[in-house]
Amino acid sequence: MNNLKLIIKREFIARVRNRTFVVMTFLSPLIFVGMISLITWLATLNNEEVREIAFFDETGLFISDFKNSDQIKYVNYSNLTLNNAKDSVVLKELYGLLYIPKKQSNRELAESIQFYADEAPNISILNNIEEVIAGKLTNQNFEEKGLDLNAIESSKAKVNIQIENFSGEKTSKMSSYVKMIFGGAAGYFLMMFIIIYGNMVMRSVIEEKANRIIEIIISSVKPMHLMMGKILGTSLAGILQFAIWALLGGVLLTIATSFFGIDPQPVGMEQSLAMQDGSQEEIQLILQDILKLPLVTLVISFLIYFIGGYFLYSSIYAAIGAAVDSETDSQQFMFPIILPLMLGIYVGFFSVIENPHGTVSTVFSMIPLTSPIVMLMRIPFGVNWWEVLISITLLVGSIVFITWLAGKIYRVGILMYGKKPSYKELFKWLKY
Amino acid sequence: MTNLLEVRQATKRFGTFTALSNVSIQVPKGSIFGLLGPNGAGKTTLIRIINQITLPDEGDVLLDNELLKPEHIKDIGYLPEERGLYKSMKVGEQALYLAQLKGLSKKEAKDRLKYWFDKFDITHWWDKKIQELSKGMAQKVQFIVTVLHKPKLLIFDEPFSGFDPINANVIKDEILQLRDEGATVIFSTHRMESVEELCDHIALIHKSKKILDGKLSDIKREYKSNTFEVGLLTENNSDMYQTLNEKFKITPADFKTIDEQLKVKITLDQNMSSNELLSYLSDKAQVMRFNEVIPTVNEIFIKTITDNE
Repeated sequence: MNNLKLIIKREFIARVRNRTFVVMTFLSPLIFVGMISLITWLATLNNEEVREIAFFDETGLFISDFKNSDQIKYVNYSNLTLNNAKDSVVLKELYGLLYIPKKQSNRELAESIQFYADEAPNISILNNIEEVIAGKLTNQNFEEKGLDLNAIESSKAKVNIQIENFSGEKTSKMSSYVKMIFGGAAGYFLMMFIIIYGNMVMRSVIEEKANRIIEIIISSVKPMHLMMGKILGTSLAGILQFAIWALLGGVLLTIATSFFGIDPQPVGMEQSLAMQDGSQEEIQLILQDILKLPLVTLVISFLIYFIGGYFLYSSIYAAIGAAVDSETDSQQFMFPIILPLMLGIYVGFFSVIENPHGTVSTVFSMIPLTSPIVMLMRIPFGVNWWEVLISITLLVGSIVFITWLAGKIYRVGILMYGKKPSYKELFKWLKY
Repeated sequence: MTNLLEVRQATKRFGTFTALSNVSIQVPKGSIFGLLGPNGAGKTTLIRIINQITLPDEGDVLLDNELLKPEHIKDIGYLPEERGLYKSMKVGEQALYLAQLKGLSKKEAKDRLKYWFDKFDITHWWDKKIQELSKGMAQKVQFIVTVLHKPKLLIFDEPFSGFDPINANVIKDEILQLRDEGATVIFSTHRMESVEELCDHIALIHKSKKILDGKLSDIKREYKSNTFEVGLLTENNSDMYQTLNEKFKITPADFKTIDEQLKVKITLDQNMSSNELLSYLSDKAQVMRFNEVIPTVNEIFIKTITDNE
């Protein structure tokens, strides 16, 4: 036990003192916040650009309907000839030319409007134009058929379905998004942690092998202790790094927001919030939804799945590190690690959000290699306690089994030099 | 004499390959025990079994008449052939870490390290990183770490590789001193002249089997063929050669002399003693050289291995 503590301490210090580690710890939040600021800034830049569109309206119907907006400025070329209009659009480098020919019927007209442009025009601009023309034509059609426009306008109904559960509690329409954000963040965080620090464990094993210090060490400590010490020490370094990232990132983001007035909210979120017309009630419902999440269960299960998932994967990483002589050789063994991780994330983001309790989601939240990620994503939607129990039991069982296997490969592998092992070879090592 | 270490019929297989088959050795307390054998014979496997790095499939190991158990790790100091240190850690830090892994307290480890660093005059290396040291320098640090916890049993696998002759000598003297202070040493090497110089017992392993072991002097006695190397000043060398050739089994010998001598090796059968040979020779010529041919470890090694092919 004393030795394990020594190993954990050394591994932790070795990781933390590493120059790359230090640089990454302090640079990553800067880069992250910088990127967000840059993207937001670029997006605003793009939106500020005003596009000039010329129109050539032979019917003369629409002239007053094309109203300038923040993004589009309309220019009337109807008094020129079509060819002249085209030439001046090209000459003045306008965005495009809208040509509305004169036709017998509105139906015919609707089919024959053209837009000339060098590049394929922006979809939203086209939609905008189509909407204007369609609205005008529809109103004309109504009038032709003798309908009262005001009567039509006043007969339109607006529906907003209120969502309530059976015990009468109101929930927000964003409810499943809120759940997904919580679950998704937890799952994604776990995956990132496994990949970053699992790799670090692997590199540290390879380093000991390459330095040829390994035999000196395992003449003093059990290989299993060394492996465990490495995994634990590295995870502590990882937790420290993540904590610093969270802290620095938060501070920097706050600074960036207040200094440059940049809205750090991701674009998707902004839109979906905007959809709700910013209604006070909706925001309150979202907050209620968050509070209604099984927060205690969420935190506890996050800890369990986080520790379990990390142990499971990092012992595989350690075994791979032991099996190879250099990092380049490790590539061939990365597949069994990356595949289940990716599968977990994909199942999480596609199946769980669609149907959190469907067969696919349930099965993948039971399989040990994907369960940490998928189950974490399912839990906010409410999972039966016995399902979680089965999943955790399976996870713990496979941790014991996999670390045992990994430990065997590790024990043999660390003393093998100069061989590029195959899966077949690794299988043989299990029997040594 | 009691044995500090006893390996009893150890067998180790890796899959279908047998690395060690039924090997038994006894290492007497206070001896320097040479573990010899060609490359791939199974020496490292045996050493790893003694260090509890690998477990034998069959057989067991006794240290001080006790079956080997995890606590024995601190009674053994092992300098492996494949050895290195953490490149980016400082010398002192890393020596402290390795010493603590062997069960020394931090303070104890520091005191003893100070003693050894002073002894080797390397105190100024304490804050250097291993990557700044040369290979020989790093080897010195490894040697210190191996012996620091004062183990009963020291296992050195090629301890002199990487050392210049002066430093190799320093290390050799340290090994001898540790032996005199009561440690038992197992010494594995391909350098037969150092076996000759240091070992009092040897075991020879070949193709996973032990083919020879015992006290080095006993082995030599067994391997000597009652042959004497003789240098004679005669009036006529070829006549003398003729006479000797009729009476004895002789082979030519080669050694350096300043005058023209007849140089031969004479192998005696059981009927004649060395004294009788000497008086026979001194009657006929002036005996300038007369010594028994004792086989070197090198010769024993090669002969035993080829006989067992």
